[in-house]
Amino acid sequence: MKQLKPFLVVIALLLFWEAIVVLLEMPDYILPGPLAVFQSMYEYSDMLWENTLVTMAEMLMGLALGVISGVFLAMVLVYFVALRPWLLPLLLVTQAIPVFALAPILMLWFGYGLASKVVMTVLVIFFPVATCSYDGLRHTHQDWLDMAHTMGGNRFTVLRHIRWPAALPALASGLRVAVVVAPIGAVVGEWVGSSAGLGYMMLQANARLWVDQMFAALAVLAFCSVGLYFVTDVALKKLIPWQPAT
Amino acid sequence: MFDVNLKDASLSYGDRVVFQNLNLTLEGGQWTCLLGGSGVGKTSLLRFIAGLSTAKGLKTSGTVLCENHKVLEHRFAWMAQQDSLLPWFNVLENVTLGSRLRKSIFRRNKLSPEDRDRAEDILAKVGLAKKTNELPQNLSGGQRQRVALARTLMEDKPLVLMDEPFGALDAITRLNLQDLACELLQDRTVFLITHDPLEALRLGHHIYHLQGNPATLTEAIMPPGKTPRSLEDRELMTLQGELLERLRQEEECA
Repeated sequence: MKQLKPFLVVIALLLFWEAIVVLLEMPDYILPGPLAVFQSMYEYSDMLWENTLVTMAEMLMGLALGVISGVFLAMVLVYFVALRPWLLPLLLVTQAIPVFALAPILMLWFGYGLASKVVMTVLVIFFPVATCSYDGLRHTHQDWLDMAHTMGGNRFTVLRHIRWPAALPALASGLRVAVVVAPIGAVVGEWVGSSAGLGYMMLQANARLWVDQMFAALAVLAFCSVGLYFVTDVALKKLIPWQPAT
Repeated sequence: MFDVNLKDASLSYGDRVVFQNLNLTLEGGQWTCLLGGSGVGKTSLLRFIAGLSTAKGLKTSGTVLCENHKVLEHRFAWMAQQDSLLPWFNVLENVTLGSRLRKSIFRRNKLSPEDRDRAEDILAKVGLAKKTNELPQNLSGGQRQRVALARTLMEDKPLVLMDEPFGALDAITRLNLQDLACELLQDRTVFLITHDPLEALRLGHHIYHLQGNPATLTEAIMPPGKTPRSLEDRELMTLQGELLERLRQEEECA
């Protein structure tokens, strides 16, 4: 029953959607019903597939780079105390500038291809990953560190066997947030300027008032985001069994 | 087995002097127990001996010396209030944590066969031979503390510092673990901190009471008989009554 609940919610939402379309006699160019959207998904499946691959590639590459750089910065912050007063404001600044406002500049610098979207995605997910891992690495149980100290551990072995695994649950929370916001970075990047991707497809369809195609792209995007979150969540629970249950 | 001498130990935190010019000898191969109310500075004293008094705002002076006036430095094992088992390591990996932490990072992480045999041997002694591959989360409180004891034994150090290691356990489990620890740590110098007079009286060769502000040590009580002392010992029970009364009065004054 518990596994069924999300599906029931989705079905209920679809029914609600169809009901609104039928009862309020919505015209197709404002809100197509779910059936029309499904039909359109089938009709344009080739095109959707190609563009999905592009957007997924942007998201995954952005995630990989964003997580690596976020964790790296967190480690630098923890271990090089002298750099902290210089780097912490920098970290804040990357968030204080609205990343979406940077999108046009990124297009200018990195072109209309994959690179600018990847950079955009990295910028969006860098902050949650960096702050979560920084917090995780900083707040290691004092008892564990005391014990390691009395056992004669050095800073590298303590990092490897204690600090790092102890920080993983916090890093996992950062990763969950990152996975949720990664599609935002990729799609916003595509909106500003691109030649492929689900965001690009939505813009094109919008301009031509192919609303059903727009919804089809949106549905695929939502499905990919939820799927990515789900896979990440399951994988994290498997890989880090000691994190507190959420 | 060597004595450990604590000389002129002082520790203050900001304006608060926790203890001043304390002198204490932990006799080699014997158990020294330290009683005291909460907040009197028992744990601070233990951390001082272990060289863990490094928090900000702490001021310390004094020396901890053992044989040939050498400093203590890593010649002790530490057993804390919480079992401090690492939840990502199984029982065997937790017990052998020390050797892992002391290894160079460039060396392979594999456990040597000797270490493995010894760890399994110790785990058998604490009654956990069948649990070597369990994660700590699947163990009971008593079992977890047994693993912590095994980890302490694995370190194989002449001095063992213990901070209320059995405090969080139920009465029966506590008695069993006291017996076990007494048996397995027989030839070592042990410094045990506890708030339970009965525990101190069962296990200690020398029992001190830390009291007052700044804290001072009372004369040592040396209960007769072999440890772990039986609960049926009349004299022991009378002493327990006296100590409990003393602790209670102290609590009221504070």
